[in-house]
Amino acid sequence: MKILVVDDETDVKALFEQRFRREIRNGDISFAFAHSGEAALEVLQDHVSEFVLILSDINMPGMSGLELLRRIRSTYPVAPPKVMMLTAYGDDENYNQAMQYGANDFLTKPLDFSLLKEKLKQTL
Amino acid sequence: MATMPPHDEAALKAQHDQLEELIARQADQLQQQQIDIELLQEKLTGLQEQLLLREKMASLGELTAGIAHEIQNPLNFVNNFGEVSAELVGELREFAVPNLPEGDQEEANAILDDLATNLEKIVYHGKRADSIVKSMLQHSRTNVTQKEPTDLNELADEYLRLAYHGLRAKDKTFNAQLVTDFDAAVGKVTVFGQDIGRVLLNLYTNAFYATQQKQKQTANPEQYRPTVWVHTKRLGPNDIEICIRDNGTGIPNEVIDKIFQPFFTTKPTGQGTGLGLSLSYEIISKGHGGSLLVETEDNSFTQFIIRLPV
Repeated sequence: MKILVVDDETDVKALFEQRFRREIRNGDISFAFAHSGEAALEVLQDHVSEFVLILSDINMPGMSGLELLRRIRSTYPVAPPKVMMLTAYGDDENYNQAMQYGANDFLTKPLDFSLLKEKLKQTL
Repeated sequence: MATMPPHDEAALKAQHDQLEELIARQADQLQQQQIDIELLQEKLTGLQEQLLLREKMASLGELTAGIAHEIQNPLNFVNNFGEVSAELVGELREFAVPNLPEGDQEEANAILDDLATNLEKIVYHGKRADSIVKSMLQHSRTNVTQKEPTDLNELADEYLRLAYHGLRAKDKTFNAQLVTDFDAAVGKVTVFGQDIGRVLLNLYTNAFYATQQKQKQTANPEQYRPTVWVHTKRLGPNDIEICIRDNGTGIPNEVIDKIFQPFFTTKPTGQGTGLGLSLSYEIISKGHGGSLLVETEDNSFTQFIIRLPV
């Protein structure tokens, strides 16, 4: 299962790779990382079918995670990837907007990795 | 110079007396007016100070919320990396150490022990900072909930017990007398129930803490009876009051001006964030247009009075 993680914080890569060390080693999950909404769209352009899930931060400079979600939904209506939104601002407005744009799930930071693993298991 | 006829003189004197009386009366009036003006001025100065304080609290609240958001992200990384590193230490111990030469294993395990302890400390203090940041963020709560008719007597009673049992869970030896006097005329009031609950919990917790401290300090602990009173009252058609009083340590004069400032605390490091009262103040004044007043006497009592417009 390939997951695209979109977050402007570059340390997210190291964190995910260490948190999922076992799963990566066993070949259950692999990750790709993009540090902006724009970069994420570029990655998806040629490889959208590879990704089962996109996990995106909302508050990023440039294109926001919500805008990224909207574009993913309008560009890839057929066999759409799952998209989970991730934000430190767990307010109603962000939540409602994310749901309206078609997010599959909504998680708040700090990320609870055992909860995320649980959700990934269900997606698998 | 012509002398005046006697009857004219009498008339003049009468006129003079009348004038003098008038002047005296006016002087009195002037004096009274001056007193009134002085009183008014005093009142104005008081109001001005209140306004300034309110303004200061509002901007401090916004500032703290802004800082809290900025701190939360890096802090999440500290906590997350701390936790994952602890996991890695565990894996190292499990998979790598047994493959080391016999003589090196003990040293390797000792180093791993130290690493594990350090990571535990990083996570512990990171979580501590995280809980402070969380309280700071409550300052900026965008009102997601609606104001709802809430039975304030019920709320006050519920949180009193919550605070008392919370403290008793930590200190089984502590006992206090709870005295309640609920005015049924208070009835249901439209408020942010959760926020008012938070304020009450804060004030109760402080009250119990003050009595607990006094019990520890007093020379004859067996003669001291820790007591917390709460009473509610309908003051008029549009006003209600909740009063929380304790016979604890009181608040010394030197710090009374500071108690509503964010981060001011008299508790030992790590035990209080100094945000309880500033948050309470904000909820009552900004959130509900009410007032939070304090009356206290050092080493005798403290009383917080919440007044809410209905």
